[in-house]
Amino acid sequence: MSKRTARRENAVGPTANFLIHSIFTAVSIACIVPLVLVIVISFTSETSIINHGYLFWPEQWSLKSYDFLFKDASTVFRAYGVSIGLTVVGTLINILIMGLYAYPLSRRDLPYRQIFSFLLVFVLLFNGGTVTKYIVYTRILHIGDSYLALLLPLLMLPFYVIVMRTFFQTTIHPAILESAKIDGAGEFRIFAKIIIPLSLPVFATVALFSTINYWNDWFNALLFINDANKLPLQYLMIKVMNDVQFIKDRMDQVAQMNLNLSELPSETLRMAMVVVGIGPIVLSYPFFQRFFIKGLTVGSVKG
Amino acid sequence: MATQTSIDRTVYADKKDRPLVYRQRGATTLARNLMTYKALYVMFIPGLLVLLVNNYLPIFGVFVAFKDVNYIDGIFGSPWVGFHNFEFLFSNDDAIRAVRNTVLYSVTFMSLTTVFAVTVGLLFNELRSRLFAKVYQSLMILPYFFSMVVVSYLVLAFLSPQGGFINVILKSMGIAEIDWYSSSQYWPTIFIVITLWKNVGYSAVVYIAGMAGIDPEYYEAAVIDGASRWQQAKSITLPMIRPLIIILTLLSMANIFVSDFGLFYQVTLNSGILYDTTDVIDTFVYRSLINLNDIGMASAAALLQSTVGFALVLSSNVVVRKISKEDSLF
Repeated sequence: MSKRTARRENAVGPTANFLIHSIFTAVSIACIVPLVLVIVISFTSETSIINHGYLFWPEQWSLKSYDFLFKDASTVFRAYGVSIGLTVVGTLINILIMGLYAYPLSRRDLPYRQIFSFLLVFVLLFNGGTVTKYIVYTRILHIGDSYLALLLPLLMLPFYVIVMRTFFQTTIHPAILESAKIDGAGEFRIFAKIIIPLSLPVFATVALFSTINYWNDWFNALLFINDANKLPLQYLMIKVMNDVQFIKDRMDQVAQMNLNLSELPSETLRMAMVVVGIGPIVLSYPFFQRFFIKGLTVGSVKG
Repeated sequence: MATQTSIDRTVYADKKDRPLVYRQRGATTLARNLMTYKALYVMFIPGLLVLLVNNYLPIFGVFVAFKDVNYIDGIFGSPWVGFHNFEFLFSNDDAIRAVRNTVLYSVTFMSLTTVFAVTVGLLFNELRSRLFAKVYQSLMILPYFFSMVVVSYLVLAFLSPQGGFINVILKSMGIAEIDWYSSSQYWPTIFIVITLWKNVGYSAVVYIAGMAGIDPEYYEAAVIDGASRWQQAKSITLPMIRPLIIILTLLSMANIFVSDFGLFYQVTLNSGILYDTTDVIDTFVYRSLINLNDIGMASAAALLQSTVGFALVLSSNVVVRKISKEDSLF
């Protein structure tokens, strides 16, 4: 109670408070305005754009681009499937491998753990570059043009392993592990039954970043994937950016005949793809957000 | 010290092992340790394999930078050429321009993002309403989660030569439209705006998290001494997050020669007219790899990036350690 009064007294004055709120309102609006513009464009009619350009309040609204996108959406849906599959599988393997690496690192009693710590941190500071990685993937492992080439590059991210390690060290008391051991639990059992349930915030944080990484990855597809059936959504978006015809060519003939050819959307179609592409991120973000500030706070700051 | 003993007790499942481990040296100790902690070492294996494939094999592969790679002899059979690839890199005007652009952009982005993020963090610290704080925070981080491909579309919506929003505004004000994708002089500003828009929110959250960890007693003592909020921010909050600022800056030093490929390649639509201000080492390397198939030069550039970054981290760490030891990275 006394703390609360102290806090209320110890605050900026009303003018400064108003000013700060104005600044944050402006910043927040600036952060979402581009997104709003793209969403509006995707619902604008093509003729409206040709006559007036991109506007926040278009002359004529239209659903044609989405109509077109979903009428024969095999290309888009395929890419969606690739992205979703990759993201889900990637994230699950990701948090498991990184958690398994982070747990022994968090054990201060483990001999030689500095070696493993060094092996991890060194790659943060020095890397061989894209070219040699490309050679390793295509000439030594022969996994070019396969899903593995999209999965593997993002599997171990040292920074998040360190975040996890720090979280384990600061939130899980060694006494808990000790008592588990007295009860006869092995290390893997301790990891599954104690570490994971007690570290949900940090697992959620890392899972969020892993999800984002896999969902947003296009660079590895640019390097390794040629097969049009294996394109993830982000890379499909690049292809469409360069040539909106890419997607039209792949639409079903019948679907095209049902539309007046002159009304085939292209500008709006591109933007509709973006909206479809960021949908899952924007929708899943509030669910993760609950955890991730806590995970980041404990994990990275007290390191 | 007390915790150390309690941990030591957890270590050895079998208590009679303890004195033995301390007494024995060399191979026996190694074998015994490996046996005692077998399960924990096994846990490292999947991660180590991934590190090996993703990071260590490519690091061992940097010898390519000293070879003249051709397809007839293959990578291992191609002749050694010493530092020829590096000489070629430095005699190439485009490469020098790319290096200049990369460093200038990295330094600008790094310093501006830090300044803005710390400022936003300090202002955020003054917010009294939890609800508003949450809403602002959510909206500010959102851009960080967009891929550069999405960003390139967002930028296109504003700058498109066919009816981009900014040109619509310029036109309505009677100002001549600008062909953004062929006017290189505007791109430094555009890049700065995009980078700040995308990263400041996230970066600020990291600093806000750091500020949340400051002991409230400092502020209570300051209030008793009659310090204003401004004085508290200047004399308590800022000094308390200084180690965090230094560590994050040190880490980003490693990437001073590396730039966000997506920003400079996708967002500019790889427009050749813009190269004067938009070509950076990464895009240059990518082009020499794809168009010229020059593996030697591309990996020489990459090796240079890593080495310089590594040297910078080490040397700036030495400097930081000289100034204040507790703030250094290692």
